[in-house]
Amino acid sequence: MPDHLHLAVALDGAGWHPAAWREPNARPRDLFSPRYWADLVRTAERGLLDLVTIDDAFGIQTHRIGVPDDRVDEVRGRLDALLIASFVAPLTSRIGLVPTVTTTHTEPFHVSKALATLDHTSLGRAGWQARVSGSAAEAALVGRRVISGYDPRILAAADLPAELRDLFDEAADVIDVVRRLWDSWEDDAEIRDVATRRFIDRSKVHHVDFEGRFFSVRGPSITPRPPQGQPVVSVLAHRREPYELAARAADLVFVTPTAARGAEALLGDVARAVADVGRDGEPLHVYADVVAALDGPGESGADRLRRLDDVAGEPYTSDTTVFGGSAAELADLVASWQALGYRGVRLRPAALPGDLDRIVTDLVPELQRRGLHRTSYPEVSSLRGLLGLPTAVPNRYAEAV
Amino acid sequence: MSTRKQIILGAYLGGVNHHTAWWHPDAGSQIDFSTFEHTARTAERGRFDFFFLAEGLALRERAGKIFDQDIVGRPDTLPVLASLAAVTTHLGLAGTINATFNEPYELARQFATLDHLSGGRTAWNVVTSFDAFTGRNFRRGGFLDRSRRYERAAEMIEALRTLWDSWDDEDLVADKATGRFLRRPDAGTFAIKGNQFDIHGRFTVPRSPQGRPVILQAGVSPEGRDFAARHSDAIFSPFGKLPEAADFYRDVKARAAKFGRNPDDLKILPSASFVLGDTEAEAGERYREVREQQITGRTALILLEQVWNRDLSGYDPDGPLPDVDPDPDAPPIIEGRAFVHQDRFATVARWREIAEAKKLSLRELVIDQFERGPFVGTPAQVAQQIDDFVQDDGSDGLIIGSHLVPRGLDEFVDRVVPLLQERGSLRAEYTGTTLRDNLGLPPLPRRSGSAAAAV
Ligand SMILES: Cc1cc2nc3c(=O)[nH]c(=O)nc-3n(C[C@H](O)[C@H](O)[C@H](O)COP(=O)(O)O)c2cc1C
Repeated sequence: MPDHLHLAVALDGAGWHPAAWREPNARPRDLFSPRYWADLVRTAERGLLDLVTIDDAFGIQTHRIGVPDDRVDEVRGRLDALLIASFVAPLTSRIGLVPTVTTTHTEPFHVSKALATLDHTSLGRAGWQARVSGSAAEAALVGRRVISGYDPRILAAADLPAELRDLFDEAADVIDVVRRLWDSWEDDAEIRDVATRRFIDRSKVHHVDFEGRFFSVRGPSITPRPPQGQPVVSVLAHRREPYELAARAADLVFVTPTAARGAEALLGDVARAVADVGRDGEPLHVYADVVAALDGPGESGADRLRRLDDVAGEPYTSDTTVFGGSAAELADLVASWQALGYRGVRLRPAALPGDLDRIVTDLVPELQRRGLHRTSYPEVSSLRGLLGLPTAVPNRYAEAV
Repeated sequence: MSTRKQIILGAYLGGVNHHTAWWHPDAGSQIDFSTFEHTARTAERGRFDFFFLAEGLALRERAGKIFDQDIVGRPDTLPVLASLAAVTTHLGLAGTINATFNEPYELARQFATLDHLSGGRTAWNVVTSFDAFTGRNFRRGGFLDRSRRYERAAEMIEALRTLWDSWDDEDLVADKATGRFLRRPDAGTFAIKGNQFDIHGRFTVPRSPQGRPVILQAGVSPEGRDFAARHSDAIFSPFGKLPEAADFYRDVKARAAKFGRNPDDLKILPSASFVLGDTEAEAGERYREVREQQITGRTALILLEQVWNRDLSGYDPDGPLPDVDPDPDAPPIIEGRAFVHQDRFATVARWREIAEAKKLSLRELVIDQFERGPFVGTPAQVAQQIDDFVQDDGSDGLIIGSHLVPRGLDEFVDRVVPLLQERGSLRAEYTGTTLRDNLGLPPLPRRSGSAAAAV
């Protein structure tokens, strides 16, 4: 049976349009309150969505990527995404929780046990959007290394400078170590053998002894293997180096179709990266990102985008397609992407909570009518199961029986 | 009786170790979230001030092999506390986090987030690391020797306070009508330069409900005591028995006064365990059983190996103490232990005297010496013991762990807490909304625009 289309929602602040926080039903003062996040994720769960991603970065938001500014008219400030996901975990039961965590400035050991713990507290619903930080300003927040940073011209070039390429290679190592640490306990390592007083079978707990170009980590993890074995790893990617990172290390890649590079061409780019790095085993699942402003009572999505642009004082541009229109039109668009070979889409609500509400009340029923979205959560209990990834994940350290 | 001290209570959920009866038929998982949730809800039902988690950043090893009977596996502190914030409403959430293997920006951000998510209920228990062995799990390795760790911890606290103060209370405006999200364009701006850190930029988390988390510290050396007396709101101490406890209490409160602080603003909280019975004899019997079970012959030898730093596996646990001296210069036989004995030779000499005087075998000595402030008796006796201990200035409260996870604390909350409440030593209802309020710590000054301008 062909897998249905998977639906993800990307949560960030008051939504993806910079003026979204000024919408009548926006809750900008609540962006740092627990209720806000609980409400959003419960809404998404009501829509039977596969997962929510929760955006994050160490540095403060900027109007243009990587260019510090002193604006006071846009949302600034953010809570730690992994802790938001942890907070929401006991308040939800089926939806996947996928926080963004940077790979550049964190300790892989901490990242591994934090995500493993999210998987334990959510009973197998954890994922990770791994994020490389190439910004000079973010490096200065941590102070352990100097990164000269990028500007848009560098990103437009065919090849990244060595410094930035290294950050992607390092990220691949970080993901590799994190995964090794998840495997460092075999599933049945805890034996509680009262007769011999052994709590674990130590032949089932392993040092990972990772030595790479950038760092080394001995292991084992202090946290037993997460329920999923391997929580779902994702990467947002716009060009060759991150496609290759995703192909080497991730389960899932979010890509960004635009007028300049359409959805079909992007699948080709990802396929090339997969071939170039020689990925084998489970195919890389590809999801397309789209900013969504849906028609509401009395105002079309397109009109609302125009109105928000007026408030912002300039037209909104995004790294991905910006959609304004009806639920039926959006369903057409995502169905056309699925026909191309996408496993899913990730909707970035233009305004929160408004567009998330419309996704759940308008888009989801429309997709259900077309047989493109589930009508109830399946019996599988893990995020991997929900996404159609293998639920039995072999442990690299376990002896073959 | 108006001078009656109100007892502060923390609930400590032990890992798998010689304090925990993991083999007991009623024992559950130390990893499942349900265990944490149950314990936290029980503590909240008993009007405890906070729930407390310890931390270890490496699995212990003995002679290069991973331990299989002790300190084995735990979930990550901050994500667990964030999940608990969702299922509790008043309980404080205290996390032990190492100052050596974390960076200030990331840690400040995580704690400020937790303070927002919990509505002002977080505490940071600042520990330094005990050995370079832990460093092998981190990018930076075992990069600081022991003498520099409190220097880093002190700079860490200063740095976190600077970050937590980088937003004023009024900086988040979010006024839809005027379009002003921030009051000032540089909210969150900081620059920190010291021996350990050289960082600058803008912090992303607005000022949290408590202003900053409550600061706890665990450490008993003179440096540790001074550090706590200067920087922390509370101390987690290992002294659960008078008169040592009272000596420590006097000493640390005096140090706080010396640093110009009101000694009442530094709370002393020893870790404590309890065993209850319907009669005194029954409680005593249960206690002996638990201890006998906790400290097997093999566990006793391993605990002594930490001090001797020698392979003692050839010794008979039921015989006398090892007849050799400690070997401090050999490579550590046990790695990743949480407790460093300051002077192995003095400790061994004292233990020999005690074993001699009380006629104890090696294992009996360990059972006797490795206990943490046990309160044993009927519920009425335990309530009395605890109340006396606090009123006699052994401490300001206790951090209570049960040998039985996850339901051990229920017995304490059901049977001892009401008696402490009847005695007027424990509140019946939470009085404040933040952990600071509940602990009776003075409120922090508000940060206004002018305070920031003065920086
Ligand atoms: C009661 C108590 C509890 C402690 N808990 C922890 C812990 O959970 N994690 C940790 O890394 N260190 C822990 N420590 C170790 C201390 O942070 C410190 O590193 C150690 O005691 C050495 O410092 P000192 O010489 O000042 O005592 C604890 C110490 C005490 C006294």
